[in-house]
Amino acid sequence: MRRRELLLGAAGGWFAVRALGALAAAGEDKDALGTLAGKRPLIQRALRPPNFETPLRDLAAAFTPNDVFFVRYHLAVIPRIDPATWRLTVGGSSVGSALTLSLHELQHDFERVELAAVNQCSGNRRGLFTPRVPGVQWGNGAMGNALWSGVRLRDVLRRARIAPDALEVVFNGADTPVLPGTPDFVKSLPAERALDENTLIALAMNGRPLPHWNGAPARLVVPGWTGTYWVKHLTDIRVEPQAFEGFWMKAAYRLPTGAFPGYRFASQETKETTPITEILVNSLITSHVSGARLRRGATAALAGKAWDNGAGIEGVEVSTDGRASWRDAVLGKDLGRYAWREFRMPLDTSSVGTLNVAVRARSRNGTRQPDTLTVNPAGYHDNIVQTVTLEVV
Amino acid sequence: MKGAAIPAALLAGLLAAAGLRIAVAADEPLALADGPGRDLTIGRCIICHSLEYIPSNAPAMNRAGWLKTIQKMKDRFGAPLTDEESKQILDYLDGHYSGKT
Repeated sequence: MRRRELLLGAAGGWFAVRALGALAAAGEDKDALGTLAGKRPLIQRALRPPNFETPLRDLAAAFTPNDVFFVRYHLAVIPRIDPATWRLTVGGSSVGSALTLSLHELQHDFERVELAAVNQCSGNRRGLFTPRVPGVQWGNGAMGNALWSGVRLRDVLRRARIAPDALEVVFNGADTPVLPGTPDFVKSLPAERALDENTLIALAMNGRPLPHWNGAPARLVVPGWTGTYWVKHLTDIRVEPQAFEGFWMKAAYRLPTGAFPGYRFASQETKETTPITEILVNSLITSHVSGARLRRGATAALAGKAWDNGAGIEGVEVSTDGRASWRDAVLGKDLGRYAWREFRMPLDTSSVGTLNVAVRARSRNGTRQPDTLTVNPAGYHDNIVQTVTLEVV
Repeated sequence: MKGAAIPAALLAGLLAAAGLRIAVAADEPLALADGPGRDLTIGRCIICHSLEYIPSNAPAMNRAGWLKTIQKMKDRFGAPLTDEESKQILDYLDGHYSGKT
């Protein structure tokens, strides 16, 4: 196997080895794997800035382990942060008393809370779009489910005496661009979403401190909203009475206005485009890939995950006859409304032939996975019904 | 700086300016297609990102798509590109990495 080793010693220092010949599990054998420090091999979409996707086999667990959780960055300068000297500042025109908090203060001066939630990149599945659209060509694995623990953002905002005129809360992290002309990655939330009891400043993930590549020492967790808002390496929070004008709000992560359901971020919306916000109801088969063979008479079950914006999964239907008929799958343990829900359906292997499998989830919010893709320029919100073809032999 | 760049030297210089250093093992050339404009393309693109984006985006790209991307890199992200360099990079990318029909 030929290997290319890249060593980048930055202020933060990062190291990656790409094994060019390494192949993923069956069904993903076109995807090259790469390894970031502290991670097991992931599907390498880009080395720098690091964009690494979780292989399908690692999405089968109830909680996605930290060392296989996907990694997504826009900017290439990513410092390693010393937790002892890290500070979080909270300010802006709409706070009564600006704060500077150490990690110790965040850990000890606020109520500790935890919740399970799916973190899904806005562009998850972009690489599956027809027609193809530019961007990181993600497959199914720019997502994961984790148990996040930390403090409520609203407790911190209240400590800073957030004012009634607050319109948006603006978040910056420690990652920065290489060139001075590149916009820093800064995002905003509507004040009401920032004050939601489920919006967290997370300090830990699955019972361990946040991994470097997932935002150590503190990141935003906005359950039910796509990953773009989950700002990593959080350093600066500003509360403002007007809409934030930055590139990553005004020009990026936007959808055609009215094209999709979900929360409307009114202060950022124009007649033409609107920010992506909530995750759409979706599902993923984790037990099989298309082309898999089942032995006749053997016990087999289709399994996977279903998730939504936090309304909660109402049901998952499975068809094995090309969408002619549907049956409800058995749902697994409820890990919380923002988590994904496992589903399971026994497969009939009594006769040789093809099973045309389709899965569609429905949410308590009244939506169901659609059959056709709503094409949009940035390649977001692919939640169409997934199909796989299995052969009983 | 003017004229065609030597990618490794340019890269090293730029990364040094950004407080970074890089070492690339010599046995694995950065795998972009040979042709006029290749070195310039590598030298400019790799300032901010690795090269996987080029082949991986090819199926979504045609000449208009690459033009839009190059303009975005220049106007929105501050990529240092003269008009002549942009043209050379466009010709190279369109010539080798336009897969969209």
